[in-house]
Amino acid sequence: MRLTVREALLSFRRAPLLSTLAVTTIGFALFVLGLFGLVALNLRETLTGVAERVEVVMYLARGTPVDVVTVAIGDIQAFPEVEGVTYVTEEQALERARRELVEFQGVFGDLVDNPLPASLEIRLRSGFRDIEHVRAVAERLEGFRFAEDVRYGSDWVEKLDRLRDIAAAVGLVIGAAFAAAAVIIIGTTIRMTVLARNREIHIMRLVGATDGFIRRPFLLDGAIKGALGGVLAIILDYAAYFAVSRSLFTATFFSPGQMLLVVLFGTVLGFGASAASVNRHLPAL
Amino acid sequence: MIRFQKVFKAFAKSLALTDVSFQLGKGEFVFFTGHSGAGKSTVLRLIYADEHPTSGVVLVSGMRTSELKRKDIPRLRRRLGIVFQDFRLLDDRTAEENVAFALEVTGTRRSVIAPKVMRVLTQVGLSARAHALPRELSGGEQQRVAIARALVNDPLVILADEPTGNLDERATRGVFQLLRDINATGTGVIMATHDLDLVRQTHHRTIELQNGTLVYDSGAVQADPLTEAS
Repeated sequence: MRLTVREALLSFRRAPLLSTLAVTTIGFALFVLGLFGLVALNLRETLTGVAERVEVVMYLARGTPVDVVTVAIGDIQAFPEVEGVTYVTEEQALERARRELVEFQGVFGDLVDNPLPASLEIRLRSGFRDIEHVRAVAERLEGFRFAEDVRYGSDWVEKLDRLRDIAAAVGLVIGAAFAAAAVIIIGTTIRMTVLARNREIHIMRLVGATDGFIRRPFLLDGAIKGALGGVLAIILDYAAYFAVSRSLFTATFFSPGQMLLVVLFGTVLGFGASAASVNRHLPAL
Repeated sequence: MIRFQKVFKAFAKSLALTDVSFQLGKGEFVFFTGHSGAGKSTVLRLIYADEHPTSGVVLVSGMRTSELKRKDIPRLRRRLGIVFQDFRLLDDRTAEENVAFALEVTGTRRSVIAPKVMRVLTQVGLSARAHALPRELSGGEQQRVAIARALVNDPLVILADEPTGNLDERATRGVFQLLRDINATGTGVIMATHDLDLVRQTHHRTIELQNGTLVYDSGAVQADPLTEAS
């Protein structure tokens, strides 16, 4: 085991340029992958924020008695999709309009009768904020006798859904492409190391080393390079995150668990690629 | 201990060995002579299972090499010590590390390695140069390191493929004497060479190959009657 570790580490001393190149390429491949991960992460956070604002508004017929509304609120709150219901009275609606629509303050001030209807604002639980659920809830609300109109901005709910799907698909495709590139790069660098060390491998065979013994340092070497590439990727990703956060907008960075996952991913990638490469090239030497 | 029975070895475009049979006893010193391309190196490669015979049988220490599985070949090689004309040392390791390497790859305990390495380096007369890198050593010294590496696993036989081919006369004599000294302790030596002066200096058994055919065996009388008949 000691020899395996020593041999694996020696590869950095013996071929510093090649090793640096390997770590750097893995690092860059994982960096781009990580960058996308960051975009996805931030997009998800933003979408969650936006999605939280998805609500269905039911406008009530003028003169609906408060006790009827109270019963209805209880019924609506019992819907499995519903997180909460807010009752906005006619007066509150007017008050809100006065406050928010400052430019029309004069118009609101001159009013004799309040033209704004009372409404129920219904917030949905997460997981129920997609278009199908929103539509289902809206349809049920329309069944209430006193419901004058039900609005839910179907257009942008639909767009939000599509954006989320596209983000997931693009993430998957780009992620797979970069993972494949990283595997090819690691495989090639290990192949170069195997070929560069073919004399040594030959000598090892002559003095009676088993194939497993010869293979082990290469596997460890690949895993170490993958892990270092992962660390480099996180450093680069952090630099990118830092730059964006300072100059453009506040973003979110990976959690320690996610960072560990990147390093682990690099390690597995390095190990797998070197295993494939060594299995292919070792018997030929 | 080593036996060739009607061995043929064909490569893509040529026949390297044609109907070669011989038997070597334990602890024997044997020369394989012949011009370049006569098949000397092929005989050695068949012994250490780097090649398998196209037909015929190669037996080494009771093992039929063509029937060895890939994973069993290291076991065979640990019983042999192999020395080449070009030394084949690892350039970035000292003499001591090169010798230790042969023990490390066989999983020998660390506490055993250092004294064993020192013992063989002393045996080949290089204990004072243990920390030198190959490039700091003369050709003769490098070959001694290679011999020490071959010796450190206590092999049954040392296979030396033109071990003096790259050495001047003085170094040649030194390395040759070293191989004879090793043989005197009971380790067999099989030496391929085209240096006939060296062969004539001694009365060791000599097997001559010409174009892949065995044409002369000075020790044939000692050999197995079966082998001789073939």
